Amino acid sequence: MFKIKNVQISLNKKNILDKIDLSIKKGETHILMGQNGAGKSTLAQSIMGNPNYSVKGEIIFAKQNLLNLNPQQRAKLGIFLSFQQILEIPGVKVYDYLKLLYKTSHEKKLTPLKFKEFLKERMAILNFNEELLKRSLNHGFSGGEKKKMEVLQMLVLEPKLIILDEIDSGLDIDAIQAVANAVNFLKQDKNVSVLLITHYSRILNFLNIDRVHILSKGQIIKTGSANLIKRIEEKGFANFLKA
Amino acid sequence: MKQANLKKLNDAYANKFGFAMPENSVLSFDFGLSKEIIENISSSKNEPMWMREFRQKSLQIFKKMKMPNWGPNLAEIDFEKIRYFIKDTDVEKKSWQEVPKEIKDTFDRLGVPQAERDFLAGVKAQYNSEVAYSSLQAELDEQGVIFCSMEEALQKHSDLFKEYFSKLIPPADNKFAALNSTAWSGGSFVYIPPNTHVKRPLQSYFRINAVRMGQFERTLIIADEGSSANYVEGCTAPVYSEYSLHAAVVEVFVKKNARFRYTTIQNWSGNIYNLVTKRAKVFKDGVMEWIDGNLGAKTTMKYPSCYLAEEGAYGEMLSIAYAKNNQIQDTGAKMLHLAKNTSSKIIAKSVSLAGGQSNYRGLVYIAKNASNCKSKVECDALILDKNSATCTYPDMKISGENAIVEHEASVSEIEEEKLFYLMSRGLNKTEAMTLLVAGFIEPIVKELPLEYAVELNRLIELEMEGSVG
Repeated sequence: MFKIKNVQISLNKKNILDKIDLSIKKGETHILMGQNGAGKSTLAQSIMGNPNYSVKGEIIFAKQNLLNLNPQQRAKLGIFLSFQQILEIPGVKVYDYLKLLYKTSHEKKLTPLKFKEFLKERMAILNFNEELLKRSLNHGFSGGEKKKMEVLQMLVLEPKLIILDEIDSGLDIDAIQAVANAVNFLKQDKNVSVLLITHYSRILNFLNIDRVHILSKGQIIKTGSANLIKRIEEKGFANFLKA
Repeated sequence: MKQANLKKLNDAYANKFGFAMPENSVLSFDFGLSKEIIENISSSKNEPMWMREFRQKSLQIFKKMKMPNWGPNLAEIDFEKIRYFIKDTDVEKKSWQEVPKEIKDTFDRLGVPQAERDFLAGVKAQYNSEVAYSSLQAELDEQGVIFCSMEEALQKHSDLFKEYFSKLIPPADNKFAALNSTAWSGGSFVYIPPNTHVKRPLQSYFRINAVRMGQFERTLIIADEGSSANYVEGCTAPVYSEYSLHAAVVEVFVKKNARFRYTTIQNWSGNIYNLVTKRAKVFKDGVMEWIDGNLGAKTTMKYPSCYLAEEGAYGEMLSIAYAKNNQIQDTGAKMLHLAKNTSSKIIAKSVSLAGGQSNYRGLVYIAKNASNCKSKVECDALILDKNSATCTYPDMKISGENAIVEHEASVSEIEEEKLFYLMSRGLNKTEAMTLLVAGFIEPIVKELPLEYAVELNRLIELEMEGSVG
């Protein structure tokens, strides 16, 4: 169970989000929608522990208040955030990096051969070929490759709560399907909870949605079923908010 | 070092461990420099008259020359408190107990074999590496390659030795070159015959049974026309020496169409002044590459240079400096374009942490008669904390026509954003920093022999563990 209770978030003393309440049960998939600047990424980054934001209230996961934990400790609890702004790390080989991620997130050790198999299986979900492993992390990657690289890290870490911040932006339909397959793979295999931030409904066609939240001007103004998305699509955000 | 060779090497240590050195009579030399001490060095090596005179002349030059009036402070060096010649038997008296704890710990964690530790810590002057070395030696003999100690070369290949010795770095070049010229002991002599290609790297590490890594090493290399070879010196494990000054001289001659790469990894213990003069002369269409990694020492001053003396010559320098705990790494390169159509490249990377300071100091000189020359200089400094510093002193003297000279310099810190990104994937701060540092130096590390690259990354991991708050 993941629970956000009466959370207020500010950046440089400027209030961005207020009175946020949200809870996601194990295995559920929630969608967070909202106009640009509504504060969606702020919420995602704050859940992960970005030190730039100051957060009041409670964010509970695995019976712990995340606000007392640093980003590494949050990751160790099984929280994963795919970034919207994906950073390039030149000189760090994807293979070495993923090996390190596996080591820090799994108790069970794998032989190099078994680890390669493990990686291959997960890379296949995303249609990555082995050439990827020799490249530098995100360095010189296309926008689409960077997004898929985020998802590959998620598949290696095998987290319990996945937050995907506009993972579908800039992806072609095949890549969107691949990303959705990766999420579904972890949902089946590990019964993960998902919070997906998106502007588009395309990826939603490949996922089973439990709840939809609409964020506007720093607050969650509406929560409902997947039907909400249809209504937003028909009316557009501005009209939907007026209604 | 090939894995199989390493194994053999280690087996050899095991067999020889506990082997007692023959009791040599110990020649005792006083501290400080004098005519008599230098004469004693010459006598003990049974040197020809010209070398005896060379040493004495160098001594006079040394005494007259002033300390450098630029760069790091060297005032602490007391030339009267240095022993200029130490017999192996003296070294043997030192015991393992005297080796500082942090050096022992690093050996443990790097997994350095005991026999190697003794050598690196200066407890043993030599160890037996004949097993690994002899197969290489046989290969070299067949090709006519000479790879031996300087002392042996002076006796056995005296004409060749005399033709090149000190021709590139005369005693009066600088005070420490003069010091080396008068007191030199140990080092490697390499001669590669024309059109000969040496496949395996020549590792000074392999033949340290012949000569101890000394404080005044002298290396002389001649790559004759159309030949090619790699030379590798040093090691990533920390080298402990109770002697506070290391002033080496390295001269490399790269003849027409020859290609030579000289790789150095040095990790002296934190009490050492490492002041080294390295120079290469590159003839027509020759290629010289310096790869230089400096990790240890209290203060390092080292600016390997290439004299691009004939048309089409190319010089390259790739370097990494790693300064921590108040170390000063004052390093760089000098490229002197003395003929037309010559080109050079310098890539210098430095990492400063925990109060360390790395400086880049370099020179690109293009002579008036040297037209159509190209040079590219890139200096990247990474600073990990507020207590550390970096400076860049690039000097460019361009007189030749149609020169293309590029200079790029960057100073960066570890970006908080990147740390957050990596920590959000479950890495702790040290792991994240280590990854970012390894990524930063990777363009140089990938040019190192594999085992050095692996060890260097492992070493940086260890170093970072204690230094990142």
